[in-house]
Amino acid sequence: MATQTSYLLRDPSKDFTSIDVAVAAGDYSRLRKWMKPDKKEQIIAEVKAGVLRGRGGAGFPAGVKWGFVPKDTDKPKYLVINADEGEPGTFKDRWWLEKDPHPLIEGCILASYALDIHTVYIYLRGEFNYPLEVTDKAIADAYAKGYLGKNILGTGYDLDIHTHLGAGAYICGEETALLESLEGRPGQPRLKPPFPAVVGLFGCPTLINNVETIVNVPLILEHGGENFLSWGTERNGGTKVFCVSGHVKKPGLYEFPLGALTLRELIYDHCGGILDDRELKGVVPGGASCPVVLPDELDVPLDFDALKSVGSMLGTAGVIVIAEPTCIVRALLRFSEFYAHETCGQCTPCREGCSWLVRILKAIEDGRGMPEHLEMLLDICGQMEGNTICAHGDAAAWPVQGVMKKFYDEVKAHVDLGRCPYDDVDGHAGSEWEKRGDAWLEAGR
Amino acid sequence: MLQFTPDNEKILNEVLARYPVKKAALLPVLHLAQRQWGQITPEIMSYVASRLDVHDSEVMNTFTFYTMFRKKAVGKHHIQVCTNLSCYLRGSDELMHLIERKLGIKVGESTADGQFTLDHVECLASCGTAPMMQVNDSYYEDLTKEKVEQLLDKWSAGGAGN
Repeated sequence: MATQTSYLLRDPSKDFTSIDVAVAAGDYSRLRKWMKPDKKEQIIAEVKAGVLRGRGGAGFPAGVKWGFVPKDTDKPKYLVINADEGEPGTFKDRWWLEKDPHPLIEGCILASYALDIHTVYIYLRGEFNYPLEVTDKAIADAYAKGYLGKNILGTGYDLDIHTHLGAGAYICGEETALLESLEGRPGQPRLKPPFPAVVGLFGCPTLINNVETIVNVPLILEHGGENFLSWGTERNGGTKVFCVSGHVKKPGLYEFPLGALTLRELIYDHCGGILDDRELKGVVPGGASCPVVLPDELDVPLDFDALKSVGSMLGTAGVIVIAEPTCIVRALLRFSEFYAHETCGQCTPCREGCSWLVRILKAIEDGRGMPEHLEMLLDICGQMEGNTICAHGDAAAWPVQGVMKKFYDEVKAHVDLGRCPYDDVDGHAGSEWEKRGDAWLEAGR
Repeated sequence: MLQFTPDNEKILNEVLARYPVKKAALLPVLHLAQRQWGQITPEIMSYVASRLDVHDSEVMNTFTFYTMFRKKAVGKHHIQVCTNLSCYLRGSDELMHLIERKLGIKVGESTADGQFTLDHVECLASCGTAPMMQVNDSYYEDLTKEKVEQLLDKWSAGGAGN
């Protein structure tokens, strides 16, 4: 049985928001060793060697991304931390922001030093008032101790970290939408190329990394890239925080080395199994955009590559467990409504496609479904996928495709019966709140 | 005439110092304005525009994109129940019904006395402690019907803020 690790999720009995507690645990100890001009290249090399895959959902190797930031440029360069945590099922970044913020700050310093960056913006989602308060205090404490500001620890190197609150738009977690938002505009993703590493914030080279990605940087430098890699699997260095929610006995955050355990082991050995010992129906392994996997597909190791074998992805590692009795159409609608609400409206396939998915799924759920709707759902998904500036359209299509592939019979039963097969099941008669109709769609945007 | 309070004026200057261009301060300054006035009216948008040296339409363009900025003030207790999948699976619909019944309003409405506004929201990154709701700036997690009833009773009786 895989053992939980505590590199990232440190002893919850200690108050790591206190800089003294954090320093006693080793935080900021990497600065003196690594903040030397001849070590800059080595910092980047260690992150590359550790095969630190980006923890924001895409799993792109962070070291490679760092390598895209130009060395010789007259422009200022920026590091932007993506703390716009909003993928349904994901609640990991909040942990560091409100309980353990100093590894994030130390990681920002080390990354910025290596890449000659002097300004960092941490973009937090607008609802994170409390995490903002804690992080702001941690930053102020780090300034007071001389870890931030001018001439850090006598190295002659200057760094400022600023926090910035969003205002309730999920799309701002997309890195170029985040930059637009940070510049005071609507969060509508930019066309790429140019990539942000070359033309990013205020037109300058910008590195954008997720909170969890940067939190790993001090660990890599402490233990060495090769060691870090060896904790995980061949192409998946380090440990990962899994966010487990839904119908499990013990929801919460769990840290394991990447690839060290299967989805089944996570749910049954560590999360106590299914709530009330009900029958498992399916699992969304990595946040809303990841296609659902079936109970007989759970013996797949949790890393960024293995989940492809069951047609899904690790994403943000937001594991949502769904037990019977739950209508899969109704569950899927929650996601489809979410994507329709959060589309930025820029690309037609996404803006129109998201709304149509909701309308058709609602018709099916309400007993108004027609046989041609089944094909129409997949047709719309096909027109959305790959045809938009950012991945929001893909993310909206994938869960629908997943359900149509793995729960086709249940969706079809809605159409054949002319009602939801779960209507008779206790507590599942469509609630008034659910029957609110399409009014929000018209009123919404 | 509209004017930030002296305290907010100080915050405004701190915020402006963080960015190489003034417009980048638009989201933080709209948050600041909404805290001071409870809503963002066209007049407030013009005021914000004048403070950031941008056109009114630029403020309008950004303002209308973000759901947290409001044209109309909300009740003293702004209740936002998450209804995304993880919360739904743990009973957020029942909580929503309970609140609707107790307050005698529907989602999207406010009570006549201006005490409560009820809304639904998308995922607030609190799925491991579902179901949950946000009331003003604070999260309330691991909710049960009993907990929600107690909170509503406390606030109805004029209990302190959150």
